[in-house]
Amino acid sequence: MKWSEFFVTGEPMIYGAMVSIVLVSLAILVGLTYFKKWGYLWREWLTTVDHKRIGVMYIIAALIMLFRGGIDALMMRTQLAAPEMKFLDAQHYNEVFTTHGVIMILFMAMPFVIGIMNVVIPLQIGARDVAFPRLNAVSFWMFFAGAMLFNISFVIGGSPDAGWSAYFPLASLEFSPTVGNNFYSLALQISGVGTLMTGINFIVTILKMRAPGMKLMRMPMFTWSVLITNVIIVFAFPVLTVALALMMFDRIFGSQFFTMSNGGMDMLWANLFWVWGHPEVYIVVLPAFGIFSDIISTFSKKNLYGYKSMVVSMLAIMLLSFLVWAHHFYTMGAGAMVNGFFSITTMAIAVPTGVKIFNWLFTLRKGKISFTTPMLYAMGFIPIFTIGGVTGVMLAMASADYQYHNTMFLVAHFHYVLIPGTVFGVLAGMHYWFPKIFGFRLNEKLGKSAFWLIIVGFNVAFMPLFFLGLQGMTRRQYTYSESTGFGPLNMIATVGAFVLAIGFVVLVYNFYWSFRHSPRNEGGDPWDARTLEWSTPSPVPVYNFARVPEVHEQDAYWYSKKKNVPLYSGEYESIHMPNNSGQPFILGIVMFLLGFFLVFSWFIPAIIMGVVTVIMLAWRSFERDHGYHISAKEVMATENKLRGDSV
Amino acid sequence: MKKTRWLFYTVIVSIVMLLSGCDSSLVVLNPKGPAAKTQSDTIIFSILMMAFVLIVVYILYVFMLVKYRASKTSDDYEPPHMEGSKLLEFIWTLIPIIIVVILSVVTVKSTNAVENVPAGYENEKPLVIYASSSNWKWHFSYPEENIETVNYVNIPENRPVEFRLYSYGPITSFWVPQLGGQKYAMSDMVTTLHLLASNEGSFMGKNSNFSGKGFAQMEFEVLSMTPTAYTDWVKEVKDTAPKLTESEFNSLVKTSFVGRKSFTSTHLEFSPPPMTSEEMGDMNGKTDENTNKTDSTDMKDMENMKHDN
Repeated sequence: MKWSEFFVTGEPMIYGAMVSIVLVSLAILVGLTYFKKWGYLWREWLTTVDHKRIGVMYIIAALIMLFRGGIDALMMRTQLAAPEMKFLDAQHYNEVFTTHGVIMILFMAMPFVIGIMNVVIPLQIGARDVAFPRLNAVSFWMFFAGAMLFNISFVIGGSPDAGWSAYFPLASLEFSPTVGNNFYSLALQISGVGTLMTGINFIVTILKMRAPGMKLMRMPMFTWSVLITNVIIVFAFPVLTVALALMMFDRIFGSQFFTMSNGGMDMLWANLFWVWGHPEVYIVVLPAFGIFSDIISTFSKKNLYGYKSMVVSMLAIMLLSFLVWAHHFYTMGAGAMVNGFFSITTMAIAVPTGVKIFNWLFTLRKGKISFTTPMLYAMGFIPIFTIGGVTGVMLAMASADYQYHNTMFLVAHFHYVLIPGTVFGVLAGMHYWFPKIFGFRLNEKLGKSAFWLIIVGFNVAFMPLFFLGLQGMTRRQYTYSESTGFGPLNMIATVGAFVLAIGFVVLVYNFYWSFRHSPRNEGGDPWDARTLEWSTPSPVPVYNFARVPEVHEQDAYWYSKKKNVPLYSGEYESIHMPNNSGQPFILGIVMFLLGFFLVFSWFIPAIIMGVVTVIMLAWRSFERDHGYHISAKEVMATENKLRGDSV
Repeated sequence: MKKTRWLFYTVIVSIVMLLSGCDSSLVVLNPKGPAAKTQSDTIIFSILMMAFVLIVVYILYVFMLVKYRASKTSDDYEPPHMEGSKLLEFIWTLIPIIIVVILSVVTVKSTNAVENVPAGYENEKPLVIYASSSNWKWHFSYPEENIETVNYVNIPENRPVEFRLYSYGPITSFWVPQLGGQKYAMSDMVTTLHLLASNEGSFMGKNSNFSGKGFAQMEFEVLSMTPTAYTDWVKEVKDTAPKLTESEFNSLVKTSFVGRKSFTSTHLEFSPPPMTSEEMGDMNGKTDENTNKTDSTDMKDMENMKHDN
């Protein structure tokens, strides 16, 4: 490794980015010092084990990554707007679409979903925190370390350039000699381990920490979706861990698992990648289904239609999600038998998904629908996602897929699934649960403007891609000639992408506006909602529930409101809480450095970091930390203050 | 809702545009051979089925949103508690199952059709062409004619062509949309793609699988000609083109981009292709003989495949 290769050079845009990164970092450091916020930051955020704050940090990180990935997207759309554009060269374009894919899936969609899980799940099941609060903090800092490690590849060492699926042998040292794909394997590995721990944490939390009376079949649909999602995480992520480890050995230690010589098998990588990668799609989309279920039910003032079949259909999707991976490479030549099998399993997923769509539609029936911002996202989701779903069925047909594979048709399809599914889902959830954490709602007018810009921009950006695919335009091609005739539709798509981007700017401006102007004191239940979290005051106190609620039916809070059955009874008692800890944050830094040193094959510092990790784990296992107690008197004082005169 | 209607129209207009099919720029729906025809028919059939699904969902959706909005109900209206309906849920499970079964039958049949020699041509001897990719170009070897071309391939019309695909590097995907769907070309296994051009014509072919910097330029022309014109062309190549030597081939493989080239011999003799999937299946449980053969092939490939930056 020559030092001249350490920093990415030769690109004016990247120099600009370097300067702005340095300036922003300096501004943050100076600002924190000037306003004397270092202590606050450390005590209240960096060392927190509170699921709500960890959730908020996940969501902030996800929003930042959304903008990073979004800028990648705009760069790609600009390059493709017209034939023979000279905005990006091939290498730069290849890096941009690779980081766009990785960041949007692993560092935007995943943490956004996990952030909402963190904020909501303990509140929805009547628990005071997750089962393992400290582990939860470790999960977050592992994710954050991975995300930062991946992002610095932009200015140090060079970004990965083999696509988000990093197919071998293209991603091998032979064809991708920069450290870019080392960043890929290590950054995904570190954040993936964090995700796996989240999976275990939430399964235990949901199975063991529900309030008395909340049987499995009384859980809110979002809780159900998260339980199922985390089961998928626990089964799928180990595959990614193994695949990435083999990739790291190939690239850094000279093994030959996926290379072209000595018996390496390139298609083994593709299989391992998609055995994780397809369930991953359901990991990011099932929680969104849960969010939509809760929101549709709340804003049509009705219970969810077909609760049982909703649960059964998600279980069916979970099982099927592990049986369809080969549809990502029908064209590998596995023959009609194998492809036929995977076609049928893939199309079978349409059945439970269809059941869900119809149940949502019938939840609306005889309801009293109010179009708030979260409900708008849910209502935007149904028609667009259905297009994504039916084109998915079309892609599932192997013979037809030979014509769609690797084309813009595929790109249009998965954006039609992931944007209305995951992105609308997390945005709906964010608008919906925002008042629970911060005590005030986001402005509805701005929220709705952002929604319309996003939904119109989205359709204008992605509908043309279906046709470009059928015209023979492949994905990942950085340029095209005028004679192909791809120009006009690409221009329309680019315009749509910019409208979409403006929508996201409005969405973020809404945070600023609402922080300053939104009315406070709307009470704990501004939406007149149905589930337990809304029975707490907003913002939620650190202990969540002063007294443990007792659940008698589905939609526990709604029935407590309607039938006047109190959820809470008895005296306040002292509450046992976990202590904050700086260890997860420090472990995050250590893992970041370990990854960074391995990326550049600096083995001695890497070994030192490995040893530090082991010491920290050992230290933790001998540590005695019994937490602390909030006295009954203090709880009563807080509750009276938060609930005002209403109690 | 204005928005809903707008969306609805977009979809309807899109479907109509698609089905009209007369827009010849949609190459996938403008087939010039039996495989592409099968695929185009499958696609249009699936679009019709899916349009039915979309219409049902959209009608229900618009109905629910128009009829049950809060502004249309009185303030004291209290929506009823509804558990769900066994009958309705059964219906919307059964109908999708029926649709999936129909599509499954179509898929299995059409996949079988395009994976094999086109119906009606089973007894005809196919023209075998080895198509191999090396960074950002395509080599076409005609073992029977003993000629080789780069970045263009001429075929006789109305005769089945058996493309045997492999790669001197990253995975590529051989795709001629108007003749039929694509298939991967990989370094460790030969895959087979059966195509046939019904008439004369020039067709765009390309690599559709991202393979690095020059991927966007990795196109070739497929020219389908009458049998006599094809024979004349083969003869012309034999008369005028040079021989392909091993050193020339190696330097060709290393070069990033080249234009069209023709040779009077193939690289198959000195740089043999990897095994086909069938041969690989046969190899299981057999002697070391075959394994050794693969290894030596691999070593040779590796030397050829030194990446140039």
